[in-house]
Amino acid sequence: MTIEELEQIAKNVQQENAKYDFEVNVCMDLACASQGAGALKDALEKAAEAAGKKVLVRRTGCMGPCSHGPLVRVDPEATLYHHVKAENAPSIVYGLGGSPVPELQCDLNDHFDKQVRVVLENAGLIDPEKVDDYIAHDGYKALLTVLTEMTPNGVVHRITESGLRGRGGGGYPTGLKWGTVAKAKGDVKYVVCNGDEGDPGAFMDRSVMEGDPHRVIEGMAIAAYAVGASKGFIYVRAEYPVAVSRLTTALREARRHGLLGNNICNTPFNFDVEIRLGAGAFVCGEETALIASIEGKRGTPKPRPPYPASSGLWGKPTLINNVETYANIAPIVRNGGKWFHDMGSERSKGTKVFALTGKIANTGLVEVPMGIKLREIIEDIGGGVPGGHKFKAVQTGGPSGGCIPEEMLDVGVSYDALVKMGSIMGSGGMIVMDDTSCMVNVARFFIEFCMTESCGKCIPCRAGTAQMFTLLTRICNGTGTIDDLALLEDLCVTVKETSLCGLGQTAPNPVLSTLKYFRNEYIEHILDKHCRAGVCQMAAVESKNEVMA
Amino acid sequence: MPVITPPPLPSEDKRWKIVNGTMRKNGFARHALIETLHTVQSSFGFLDDDAIRFVALSLRVPLSQAYGVATFYHYFTLKPPGKHTVTVCAGTACYIKGADKLIATAEKRLGITPGQTTPDGQISLMTARCVGACSRAPVVLCDGEVAGEITGEQMLEQLERWAVE
Repeated sequence: MTIEELEQIAKNVQQENAKYDFEVNVCMDLACASQGAGALKDALEKAAEAAGKKVLVRRTGCMGPCSHGPLVRVDPEATLYHHVKAENAPSIVYGLGGSPVPELQCDLNDHFDKQVRVVLENAGLIDPEKVDDYIAHDGYKALLTVLTEMTPNGVVHRITESGLRGRGGGGYPTGLKWGTVAKAKGDVKYVVCNGDEGDPGAFMDRSVMEGDPHRVIEGMAIAAYAVGASKGFIYVRAEYPVAVSRLTTALREARRHGLLGNNICNTPFNFDVEIRLGAGAFVCGEETALIASIEGKRGTPKPRPPYPASSGLWGKPTLINNVETYANIAPIVRNGGKWFHDMGSERSKGTKVFALTGKIANTGLVEVPMGIKLREIIEDIGGGVPGGHKFKAVQTGGPSGGCIPEEMLDVGVSYDALVKMGSIMGSGGMIVMDDTSCMVNVARFFIEFCMTESCGKCIPCRAGTAQMFTLLTRICNGTGTIDDLALLEDLCVTVKETSLCGLGQTAPNPVLSTLKYFRNEYIEHILDKHCRAGVCQMAAVESKNEVMA
Repeated sequence: MPVITPPPLPSEDKRWKIVNGTMRKNGFARHALIETLHTVQSSFGFLDDDAIRFVALSLRVPLSQAYGVATFYHYFTLKPPGKHTVTVCAGTACYIKGADKLIATAEKRLGITPGQTTPDGQISLMTARCVGACSRAPVVLCDGEVAGEITGEQMLEQLERWAVE
């Protein structure tokens, strides 16, 4: 495959598409598919045939606003239809070219206007199982440019220049990591993609792997060239069967086109990727645990150093990045490091994809420039809290993150600002809670999660989270005391400072952040035996009444 | 290269050939343990002692390591599943939208706790950490099919349909 051949494929796709008068894109991501998008696509194809119109009906990845699903976008008019059912197919086809169906049209300008799409630039535009579609949208151009025109050092330099930081949560500068692996000595090196999206409430990595799998593969191949690796692994959760099948197809297609394999683009560069299945362990998001899991062992972390950059998979230098990090690579290479560096805030560059869920009108995937205010994400893009309820907190960073209250919503989103607020960026889950959520119970929920997900290797995490869970359960059912609260705070510090890996070190965050911002709720549970959200069952009060009766 | 003689297949069951195929594809390498256990579980529905022993012997992995891996990861189950499986997602978004009530409803109707199967072997109740359909929370998987924004009544209707089969 050469650049000329790539351009020829893109041209062929455009010529093929030009044969049609209209393009009807049907979102077939999990949320829409579970509401009958499959039957809808068939119905649209049938209706187009019956009407004798030249219509290309295309299956696409996630378009974003999942709560409006199933979604259909008609091009060239760019009309967006929501809540479409199979029986609406004839009227949509009838309305092509001038008379859109008013009752299905949705106005989501506020939702889209503040978004900037880099990672999701192809979302809703390409068929994830067709490599040609990806190529027609500048796919693999970055890889071939890199192979023919840039030195590995030059690639590392460009990524460093972009200011990209790891999208898996920690925010380690990607360029620095690549540089370290590139400099590491060793004839065999590995590139690993972390697709073990274990953070409950986050699904952007699933969406990227399912909706635009080639983007991840291209990012990995560029990384492999930059660091001098010839073998890659994508570690995917077994809970994401569609992502596995899409990636498998994408890898096969990429090999068939000579974009993976030996002597890619007639250069000495060889690279291939294997898929590895996770098996449901949150701790495997931690890089040393992930490595153990790829090696077929229990996913328990190891103390660092040595870092995977010097001794990772089978003791070889290994580069590990998250799905979204790799998805950013091709656009950075294509548009230059400065282009990316110009987006975002002071120390957090580019955009971030968030999975907006919970008590919010527009749930789904959004991609926003770093530095945007949380309030803009929740109120303008998300459409605010529905049902007349009052916003209480937004949870970011999953079980390692924290709850951010209303008064902090005007802070711009960045790695550092979120840490300062007692939360973390995490992989990008953003769960909105209203006055029907009890913050003590939320803290208990996360601690229960960390307790069951603790691998058990180090004592602070294994025993500490269990003790914290017991204390929080006591507070939740009304039998907790002020001493319990003091002990809980003490334990938080111990677990945070003495745990071996990120899971334990961040496990107390949900407790600490709720204690910081919602301490009065803890006090109410303990002193007044009252849960203002009405979530916690106060066992103590009931039993006292029984005694009195 | 030492010649490896894999152990004989545990039975005539054709599914063992699929399991063997996965191992062969990976050159009987030890790091194929998790991949192979995935194949066993997708073929047989669960991992039993015979399967773990067979895989461990074939890949020359200590039994303790194979058993350790099989029990460490939540995705693997050592018990046969029921004819139907209802999985309530207990991720954060689902929790905020009342997944705990769905679990309680299912527990009450079936008389079992998550991870168990009804005595007649008809329905298994499971919970999931997150299935990634958070935008449609609360989510229940009925035999793997995603049902989003589900109510307790809708879930019970499905359970009743299964119970009378």
